[in-house]
Amino acid sequence: MGKLKKIEYEKILRNDLLIISKLINENEKILDVGCGDGKLIDYLSKHKNAECRGIEIKQSGVNLCLKKGLSVIQGDANYELDEYPDKSFSSVILSQTIQAMIYPERVLKNLIRIGKRAIISFPNFGFWKIRKEFLFYGKMPKNKMLPYEWYDTPNIHLCTFKDFFDFCKKKNIKVNDVIFLNENGMRISSNFFRNFLAYQVIFCVSKK
Amino acid sequence: MNSNIEEKIVLKESLKLDSGSNLVNCEIAFKTYGKLNKKKNNAIFICHALTGDQFCTEKNPITNKRGWWSVLVGPGKVIDTNIFFVICSNVLGGCMGSSGPSSINPKTNRVFGMNFPVITIGDMVRAQEKLVQSLGINKLFAVIGGSMGGMQALEWAVSFPHKVDSVVPIAASYRHSAQNIAFHEIGRQAIMADPDWFNGNYYNKKKYPKRGLSVARMIAHITYLSESALQRKFGRNLQNSKFFSFDFKTDFQIESYLQHQGISFVERFDANSYLYITKAMDYFDLSQKKGGLSESLKDSKLKFCFFTFTSDWLFPTSETKTIIKSLNKSDAKVSFVEIKTDKGHDAFLLDDPEFHSTLRGFLYGQIKKNRI
Repeated sequence: MGKLKKIEYEKILRNDLLIISKLINENEKILDVGCGDGKLIDYLSKHKNAECRGIEIKQSGVNLCLKKGLSVIQGDANYELDEYPDKSFSSVILSQTIQAMIYPERVLKNLIRIGKRAIISFPNFGFWKIRKEFLFYGKMPKNKMLPYEWYDTPNIHLCTFKDFFDFCKKKNIKVNDVIFLNENGMRISSNFFRNFLAYQVIFCVSKK
Repeated sequence: MNSNIEEKIVLKESLKLDSGSNLVNCEIAFKTYGKLNKKKNNAIFICHALTGDQFCTEKNPITNKRGWWSVLVGPGKVIDTNIFFVICSNVLGGCMGSSGPSSINPKTNRVFGMNFPVITIGDMVRAQEKLVQSLGINKLFAVIGGSMGGMQALEWAVSFPHKVDSVVPIAASYRHSAQNIAFHEIGRQAIMADPDWFNGNYYNKKKYPKRGLSVARMIAHITYLSESALQRKFGRNLQNSKFFSFDFKTDFQIESYLQHQGISFVERFDANSYLYITKAMDYFDLSQKKGGLSESLKDSKLKFCFFTFTSDWLFPTSETKTIIKSLNKSDAKVSFVEIKTDKGHDAFLLDDPEFHSTLRGFLYGQIKKNRI
């Protein structure tokens, strides 16, 4: 049961999670909302000496987290977050989950209340291939990140980079940083057409 | 009641009780399974529920039945006795060898009966801690318990946070609710209304408050199940015939089942112990401690893993969520899982694969962390 080397870990982390992990400083206190099997917080607690907690709705996910020795609460982020005190974490992470929230606004407000900052990643609905599917085929777009049919998708609040950015502005939420990733999970360095080119985006936000 | 229990300790110092009384020569009967390792860091203390005992696995020498948590505890099982040293003791006030109303009062050389002092969950746990100390263990790997056992596990967390690494309360709560107290009170009244109770002095008589205790058990048993489980198991099925009897003999299967539960219970349990232990549960409320729940658990390095069951209406999930809310405030390391089942409160005693695999996962994670 040897500790996985850092490099081996990085191979099994999803690309967006790897980029998120690089945003985290040593000794941070982290809440991962929708932590799944706990790979990210497991990595952060081992390699960044972070103090981590998780929330996961699926029991199978919670089970995998517990096996890793992580502290995880089974619950629904739509409601569960209300119970956490203000500023109890340095960073709160919500990866690939906001689009499936019933109350994204309530969740987002909770995230920046609980954490000094929130790191949020989501699929960019402004991505050109998604636009293409609408334009040429007139059908609901599907891809690796959005594999569902329209009738069984948990993703009920999809948005584009621009939508989310405008939302933050309107709700008086401070956007500290935005990272744009292409289909291979690599950072897009271009400053132009980012809403067109990005497959997914990562927002770092906080209270104003 | 059972003076022939082999393994027990007698506390050297008198036990100071929450009521203000002192209990001298207090006896704690216990049973251990597995081996304590050299580092002495593989000990798990299991706390039993209201009517349980120290025989949590293997054959119970008194009843000749399998231990009450045999599905969970044993070699290769979730609480693996090849890895862990398991300690389980009969609670203070019980009737399986620990001091209780059926034991002899050393001051008078007569059975205590109702002269036994009223005890609390806190008293039970203080006695358990003395036992653990006497076994030479400074820190327990975990305290695990369901129902009243879960209350004890929480009490361990509050009273001895430095003497335990993980606490696993299952189907439990930080307090007994009004409804829970109500059901217990009916049970107690049933016992005390039985003319064979003799104000608790039935030990030297040929009679015993069988009917009262049996009714108490029948009422309590309903609270351990769920409406849908009862419906699934018994429905409106008749016991012996295809037709109603049109008298007051047993018609329905559920009646027969409850009667059986009641009758088999009185054979193994002391009525006065039932009064004392239910009272201890009713008194339990950790939120009444100074500063409330979050304050009493502040700064503890403990790890918690809570389990609840969806159809448990005796200790519903909402109660556990209240504890978790407090623990989040105090920054504790908390895990929580709600298991889907229609089996009600008793699910914690049954072979539920989801529950077992999650608890196994938690213990496995902690084994890795603690390097045992």
